[in-house]
Amino acid sequence: MHGTKAKDTTLLIVVAFMTMFAPFLLNPFPAGSELAQFNAGYPDLMQRFVIFGIFAIGFNILFGLTGYLSFGHAAFLGVGSYSAVWMFKLLSMNVIPAIVLSVVVAGLFALVIGFVSLRRSGIYFSILTLAFAQMSFNLAYSVLTPITNGETGLQLSLDDPRILDGGGPATSLPVTNLFGWEMRESTTIHAGAWSFDLSVGYYLSAIIMLACFYLSIRIFRSPFGMMLRAVKSNQQRMNYTGLNSRPYTLAAFVISGMYAGLAGGLLASMDPLAGAERMQWTASGEVVLMTILGGAGTLIGPVLGAGFIKYFENIFSKINEGVLHGWFAVMPDGIEDLLVAIVYPFVGKGWHLTLGLLFMLVVIFLPGGLVEGGQRMGRFAFRRRDRKAGPVESSAAEKRAASSKPAE
Amino acid sequence: MGILEVKNVSKRFGGLKALSDVNLSVRENTVHAIIGPNGAGKSTLLNCLIGKLIPDTGSVMFDGQSVLGRKPHEINQMGISRVFQTPEIFSDLTVFENVMIPCFAKRDGAFRMHAIGKTSGESDIIEQAERMLIDVNMQDKRHVQASSLSRGDKRRLEMAMCLSQQPKLLLLDEPTAGMARADTNNTIDLLKEIKAKRDITMAIIEHDMHVVFSLAERITVLAQGTPLVEETPENIKGHPKVREAYLGEAQV
Amino acid sequence: MDAILLQVLNGLDKGSAYALIALGLTLIFGTLGVVNFAHGALFMLGAFCAVTLQKILTLSSVTIDETKTDFLGNPAKVETPYVESWFGPELGATIIDWSVPLAIIFAIPVMIAIGFIMERGLIKHFYKRPHADQILVTFGLAIVLQEIIKYFYGANPIPTPAPEMFRGSFDFGVLLGFDSNAIIYPYWRMVYFVFSLILIGGVFAFLQFTTFGMVVRAGMADRETVGLLGIDIDKRFTLMFGVAAAVAGLAGVMYTPINSPNYHMGMDFLVLSFVVVVVGGMGSLAGAVLAGFLLGILESFASMNEIKAIIPGIDQIIIYVVAIIILLTRPRGLMGRKGVMED
Repeated sequence: MHGTKAKDTTLLIVVAFMTMFAPFLLNPFPAGSELAQFNAGYPDLMQRFVIFGIFAIGFNILFGLTGYLSFGHAAFLGVGSYSAVWMFKLLSMNVIPAIVLSVVVAGLFALVIGFVSLRRSGIYFSILTLAFAQMSFNLAYSVLTPITNGETGLQLSLDDPRILDGGGPATSLPVTNLFGWEMRESTTIHAGAWSFDLSVGYYLSAIIMLACFYLSIRIFRSPFGMMLRAVKSNQQRMNYTGLNSRPYTLAAFVISGMYAGLAGGLLASMDPLAGAERMQWTASGEVVLMTILGGAGTLIGPVLGAGFIKYFENIFSKINEGVLHGWFAVMPDGIEDLLVAIVYPFVGKGWHLTLGLLFMLVVIFLPGGLVEGGQRMGRFAFRRRDRKAGPVESSAAEKRAASSKPAE
Repeated sequence: MGILEVKNVSKRFGGLKALSDVNLSVRENTVHAIIGPNGAGKSTLLNCLIGKLIPDTGSVMFDGQSVLGRKPHEINQMGISRVFQTPEIFSDLTVFENVMIPCFAKRDGAFRMHAIGKTSGESDIIEQAERMLIDVNMQDKRHVQASSLSRGDKRRLEMAMCLSQQPKLLLLDEPTAGMARADTNNTIDLLKEIKAKRDITMAIIEHDMHVVFSLAERITVLAQGTPLVEETPENIKGHPKVREAYLGEAQV
Repeated sequence: MDAILLQVLNGLDKGSAYALIALGLTLIFGTLGVVNFAHGALFMLGAFCAVTLQKILTLSSVTIDETKTDFLGNPAKVETPYVESWFGPELGATIIDWSVPLAIIFAIPVMIAIGFIMERGLIKHFYKRPHADQILVTFGLAIVLQEIIKYFYGANPIPTPAPEMFRGSFDFGVLLGFDSNAIIYPYWRMVYFVFSLILIGGVFAFLQFTTFGMVVRAGMADRETVGLLGIDIDKRFTLMFGVAAAVAGLAGVMYTPINSPNYHMGMDFLVLSFVVVVVGGMGSLAGAVLAGFLLGILESFASMNEIKAIIPGIDQIIIYVVAIIILLTRPRGLMGRKGVMED
């Protein structure tokens, strides 16, 4: 057990280091060079890494620990975004009240949906959450237009009251800030051929993400986390041990809903608009994929999965036919065209195809996700059996693969 | 007055009378077996005891309170722990965690949210769980994942989980069903060992005579939904009514 | 009265589609125990069978007609479909006109083959995996299938008209003694409804009267026992998957004139079809059909202006609301067997 604690601390330090130095680590190629397109160190993308990291960390608390597969978590993200934008419109452009409100509203929303959905388990739970999310999505598009602004999405406007900011008609749209630090503000450091962007928005998101990550470690290692794993393992035994599983699952559901709301609020804080498409079930599917891809039930998995998917989404979407021809230019003409024709469907607008394939491949071959993949490679490389790994980290992946019991 | 009192319990399923007018009293600190041929109503009775079924008439009182209509976790909190036919354990968790969970349940009740405190910081629970593991001789397996235990060890672990709650009544549902002779004997020895170490009330529902006669201090014989006799093992053995129920009328 | 009747009729065609997809979902769930999130994609693939056939039939040879000029003054290009040049202009035009019904013949083998490949290649390996994994892998497959279609056919809906003779509408009102134009119902929707009934009847008859169907029904009730009888249940289940795929595909083929197919129609229908299955009762074929029609009609009622005036937006959410209520109060659904996945 002592090993676990040290491991967690190391993990936290590594993640903290990575996020704090991400603007440098993710820009390994000199600006303007051929390879600069693989750089990921610009604020917009890095913000997405950490924000979706938060989303996935939260989802993992529900799915990874209890095994309840929610297909409607995007609804909480959407609700968080709407709440935050309303806060910007009504109260102040400071992000703190917006973020607080988005967490609170998403939490309440999760409490209601969770209370109803958790009366069922297994696929019924999945379908219930899916139905709730679709319902919210449809409502946001139609009846709730006064609140959500329907298809256009909710945006700031010049005549918003903004009570705390003094209000009055402004000449240009104000910018979200944290006590005067504007979210979009960034400093560029030049070092030789390299350049690095340090942005306020990214660092705020990153610090919040680290806090969330730390909290998730604490939850995983707490008695509460153990109870959640017990829910997943054997609910019958749990009930006959005098424990009521429903409040445990509901608490996990609400916590993960609040994480999602926080992510939504942060998204809106970086770019103050909110649209219904954030609540669509494909968005819910994406966070499931991030969690599974990284490794459900592991601590670091969801963060890895979120980063992986957002990075490749960005890179793949940028690649077009011209870029491909550039890559394969060394090949003879016929082969060049053939290669381009083969690769082209998977990149650019075809990113979703790659995503779907990835989804299938991970579920089929690597149910434990990247973390398990890494462990397998590690074991292969060092040829040693390390059975002392933390109880969650080592076993979660194998269990998912081995257990033939439905996650009910 | 027994700790578990079943009074005038009847239950019908459609036209079938599963239980009729069952009276049963389990006294404190005894091992009480309920036996009977297949279809005698043993599992129906069990389901009434654990609140899964609500009888048409009659009452089931445990320690002065009715158990009828209560949820499993409430029944457990009243002091009834249950051992299943196949060991029900948290197979994804380590042996030590398996024992810690009932200790938490005993201390904190059906739900308590301590999401921030560490499991490794709960010294009283750890101490209790450790003592329990030593008690059942599994301290060397504490970090093993429960799913990789042998069947006998799984049964042992399940017992440890139940015992660590210090239940007022341990309910065993055919604990040796489908076991080989050697495993059955091991289970009997385990139960004897547990019984020898502490005062405990056990109710065993079982059809294997060997198990029943090795353990029970009192036996209730159930046939066609009614208790035939309630007696000590010595008096049961030659009892004509019991032979009738088991061997059929033709041979009497 | 006439308004009510109109809504019932309007609900029938959507209801038919729900019923057919839900029927396939239930067959697969009941026989194979697999939750298939890619079933909507099969519906969509069926629709694109019709699109493909239409494209094939309208493949044209381009000739230059010197006698006419286009708007730039160049000689006009005239496209003559090969079908017309082979069969003569009249028969050729009729064949093209009937491309949607003809696509049925084309779609049956294609869909059965797709079903086989899916079951043998992928689903088979997931029988023993947790339901969560089944959901995830079929969800991934659904994305892949729809993206492939998007790649080849683009993102826009592709119009696939019904044959000329079915394009009008039928005035039910006059027939039933109401004012004319009170109940107008397009012919093709009637065709779709009748077609669905035939298809549903066919599936039920198949299950009821053939030995194969008997084994499948027995398998739905108790898979292990049937396996013990020495019947190769797996092979039959593969075939069943093919049948379910074909049913979904045919539902898609015939649906194309009602709504022009696009790549995401499968997903749109899938969520609702799941809801239908749940409402009808997991594992109950009759329940799936009944719930499909009921929810279709209910949805159509909810979209009446009179209703929307009372509860705005109810048409958008009615199906979900019903599903949630059913799941919470009667988890086995309208006609589900007791104890089947009741958790």
